[in-house]
Parts: sequence; structure tokens; C-alpha cells
Amino acid sequence: MSAINPTLAAAPPRSLPANAFAAIAKHRVLATVLFFAIFPWLMPYQSLAINILIYGLFAVGFNLLFGYTGLLSFGHAAFLGVGAYTAGILIAQYQMPWWAAVPAAIVAGCVVALVMGLLAIRTRGIYFAMVTLALSQCVYFLIYQLPASGGENGLRGVNVAEVSLFGLKLNLLDPLQKYYFVFAFVALALWLLSRILASPFGGAIEAVRENEARARACGFDIERTKLLAFVLSAAFCALAGALNAIHLSSVPIETLHYATSGMVVMLCLLGGMGTYFGPFVGAALFLLIQDLASGWTEHWQLLVGAVFVFVVLFFPNGVWGTLLQKVSHDR
Amino acid sequence: MELTFDLVALQLFTGLALGAIYVLLAVGLSLIFGMLTVVNFAHGAFFMVGAYVGLFAAEKTGSFWLALVIAPMVVAAFGMACERWLIRPLYGRGIDYPLLLTFGLSYMLVEGVRIVWGKSGLPFDTPELLQGATNLGFADFPTYRLFVIAVVAVLLFVLWLLIERTSFGLIVRAGARDPVIVRVLGVDVSRVWLLVFGVGTGIAALAGVLSAPLQGVSPEMGTSVLTVAFVVTVVGGMGSLMGAVVAGLLVGVVESMAVLIFPEAAKVSMFVIMAAVLLIRPQGLFGRAGLMA
Repeated sequence: MSAINPTLAAAPPRSLPANAFAAIAKHRVLATVLFFAIFPWLMPYQSLAINILIYGLFAVGFNLLFGYTGLLSFGHAAFLGVGAYTAGILIAQYQMPWWAAVPAAIVAGCVVALVMGLLAIRTRGIYFAMVTLALSQCVYFLIYQLPASGGENGLRGVNVAEVSLFGLKLNLLDPLQKYYFVFAFVALALWLLSRILASPFGGAIEAVRENEARARACGFDIERTKLLAFVLSAAFCALAGALNAIHLSSVPIETLHYATSGMVVMLCLLGGMGTYFGPFVGAALFLLIQDLASGWTEHWQLLVGAVFVFVVLFFPNGVWGTLLQKVSHDR
Repeated sequence: MELTFDLVALQLFTGLALGAIYVLLAVGLSLIFGMLTVVNFAHGAFFMVGAYVGLFAAEKTGSFWLALVIAPMVVAAFGMACERWLIRPLYGRGIDYPLLLTFGLSYMLVEGVRIVWGKSGLPFDTPELLQGATNLGFADFPTYRLFVIAVVAVLLFVLWLLIERTSFGLIVRAGARDPVIVRVLGVDVSRVWLLVFGVGTGIAALAGVLSAPLQGVSPEMGTSVLTVAFVVTVVGGMGSLMGAVVAGLLVGVVESMAVLIFPEAAKVSMFVIMAAVLLIRPQGLFGRAGLMA
């Protein structure tokens, strides 16, 4: 190693924060999970903490595609929505238990993503955003017309009052216990994400992002890699959707709306695309801004748009990404 | 409901008028993309702002005709300001950034309009001269829709002349091929880009004013239209004027025919067309293969 990069051996001793940071980065799953274990006490109220967790997970799924694979999708509302509606309909109308409804939601999300992905990856470059947007609108209209979905009024009565697993009982009517129910799924998802990113496939998707032509020349099957990244990304988003349906006890039709697809792009960019923890930072910032701003004006979306334009112009790496960059510069 | 000849003819015609507005949107989008490689996510918002400015101008001046001229000019000027101060700093930073910026901009425009004109939609009266129906020999057609088709046809002809027959158009076509060479030859490309962005947004605004008497105006009117514009551009092939025209009319006609035959599928019909085109000809009906590499 030192023969290739002699300056590495002669590097000055690291500063203390940089050292601590490197240690945290090494155990990113553990650090993130520990942080979220105490997170409810850092928030003004617990339902906000749950929202941040769920939308953070949504953004994590999106980030796998946008941040790590370099594909900008404007149709991820479809996966959140399909996940939410599948879990919601199974629980509310077929009285299925939550432990069957949540995996079913993930499978449904993957199937929709497979169909959308097969169409969308036939296009190249910037077309991708347009085609995914159009296809997610198609999903919106289809679910809107589905009799079981409740159409304009959304789906009601997704009631899961109590969950029990291996003798452990959680009362979901208590916000804190509900938080830890969601937390368990998010922790699992984060571990899985870390494994995906550390796997050879994780290297392949970053190769596609950095230079598609070169990755193809290296012998990677670009189309299959993209499609798999698309489906995996949708799986995380569908899980977030299913959790949100249980959290809200309902599924509003806005879940599938174009604005939701846009929101997740904002979350990801605000936090820092292509970073492990950034999506949660983005979700927390977005929801806090929304929470504060909607208190004093009904036109909080103007502020959200302005913040977004500002971030695109001046902080393309997002809040967390910029922070990471600063720390690594200090080294 | 029985499918009489009159009904089909009328619906076909409605589809053409609808398609004509789609064509305008897609042409603007395609023009901007072809030159600047910017996918303008605020295109629907410019369309919506155009309709509102048109409404405002029509109220102040009392003339629909003046509104039809004023709104595109105001929006074009605004669009040029956006290109100059917001989008231009992002050139060379990757193709996604201008797209993301225009997306944020569309949020601001929609909310801005809500602040100025209120949240709920407003009606927009059809000008007196264009009310009623005109007999075309075999059936009666709403005069206003005829007018929309005529305006779009004239505008497309003018645009074609501009692009194919003027020296400005020559630069636009060359710039779409290879902006670096055009710059080397001594052309101030950034000025051309500014103008093209202005023309594109101006056309979107005109489409907004034209469609206002058909559906009224509301802050959300741009969102659904943006999707349609994308579908039409994908079907026709990005950067192709001819593709935008054919695909726009096709989507409009299929949508309004579906209303007649199978109403539940009307909203989804355009996506079926898009899916079919993507499967058979991913570059679009009139798109060149490899343009997007």
C-alpha cells in the first residue's frame, strides 16, 4: 500500500475528532442504531421521531438508487404508495396479521419496481427521470381507480393496536412503543443496506455511477445491475410505506402523488446523496422545517422550494455530505 | 351510449385540440433540452404562471387577445431571468442539477401563485368572438377549439421557419449538435441559450393561456401537464420538433377516444403508448438513436 501511495505512511497524526469519526464510520450500522435508540428523547414529540424514521428509511431506499447508482428517479412515490396500500388493504380488508402484511408489501413494491424498471432502464441518461415520473403517475391512476383503495378519501382503518413476537408485546397506541416497533425494522434495513453497499454489488453500482461506459467495458452487466438496484431501492421504500400505513392507521392518496416523489429527492439531496446517514439528516431537517414553518404560515412550501434551490446552487453535497467533507479535509 | 359518427368526429376533434396544447408544451420542453440539455421540471409551472398572467392581463386590459400576447412575453422574460441567474451557474456540474433546480423552482412558483391569487381555481371566460360552435360541413365543432388548433398550427410554422430558415435557427441547430464547436466558431452560445430558454418558457405560457378557457386556471394545473409533456417528449423523441407534433396529437386523440370507448382507461392510455414505444423504439418515434448517450 505504502509503495503505491507513499504519502499515506507519512501522514501527520490525525486530529481527535477525525479519529473518532473514522471509528464511527467503521461501525456505521452500530452507530446509527445506537443514535436512533435514544432519538425519541431528542425530539420535541415522539410522532415526529417516528415520521423522521419512516421518511428517513424512504430516503435511504431512494439514496441507494440516486446517491450510489447515480440514477435520478422521480417516481419513488409509487413504491412508498404500493407498499402502504398493499399492507393497508391486507390489514384493513383481509384482517391479515402485520407480520404477513409487511413482507407482502415489500414483495408488491418489488414487483411494481421490476415492471417499471424494465421499461425505464431501456432509456438512457436524463430520460430516466421523465419515464419514472410518468410511470408513477400511471400507478397513481391505477390505484386511485382500484375499488379497494378508497380512491380520493384514501384508505382507512389500517388498525394494528398490538403486536407480539416471541412473547414480547408492544402496544402501538403508545407512541414510544410504536417508535421502537418502527425502529426494529429500520435497524434491520440499515444493517441490510450496509451489507449491500459492502458487497461486490455495492462496488458495481458505484462503478455504474462513476463511469457507465468503463463499468460496461469491465464486463459488468449494466442493465441487470441497474435493474437490481432499482428493485432493491423499491423494497426499502415499500417497507417505509407499509410502516407508514401502520403508523397513520390509514393511507392518504397523496402518498402516491408526484409531490411525494419530489419530496424524497429533496430529503436525499438536503441530507447528502451517496452518504450512509445523510437521508436521515435530510428527513429530520425537512420535517423540522415543515413542522416549524407550517406553524406560522400556510405557505411553507415556498420556503421548502427556496431551501431546495439554495441547496442545489450552493450545497450540492447536502448538510451531512458537506460535514463529512469538512471532517475528511481536516485529516 | 351509441357511437354515432358525429360523436366520434367531435371527440376526435376534441382530442386534436387537446393534443395541440400538448404539442406546444412538448415543443418548448424539447427545444430547451435540445439546446441546453436541461430537463425543465418547471415547465408545467411556467404553463400555470402563463395562464394566471393571462387571466390577470385579460382582466386589466379587458382583451383576451392582448393577454395572449402579454402572458408569453412576461413569462419568457421571467424564464430568461431564471436561466441567467439560477440555471447558468449549474452548467458543467452534471445533468441532474439543472433538473433539480427547476424542480425546486416549480415549488416556489406554485406556492407564489397560491399567495397572489389564492388556493382555489378560477374560471376563465372564453372570448365572445370564439364562443359557440362552427359548422365544418359535416358536424358542428366548438369554435374555441378550432381557434386553438389554428393558433398552434401557425405558431409551429413560425417556429419551423425560425429554426430552419434563419441564421439564428442555424446556430440553434448547430448548438444542439455540438456547443463546443459553435463556441469555437465565435458564437456567443450563452446568449443563444438564454433566448432559447425564453422561447421555450414563452411557448409554455402561451399553451397555458390557450388552455385556460378550456379548463379554468388553478395552481395545480401545471403538475398533470408536466407528466403529459414528458410522455409526449419520450414518445416523440427528445429534441425532435416533428416527433413532438406527431406524439402530442397522438396522445391527445387517443386520450379523448378512450374517454368515449373505455373511460376508466383514459388517464392511463398515454402511459400505455409510452410503454409500447419504450419497448419497441426506446429513442422515441422520431428520435435519433444514441443522441442521449
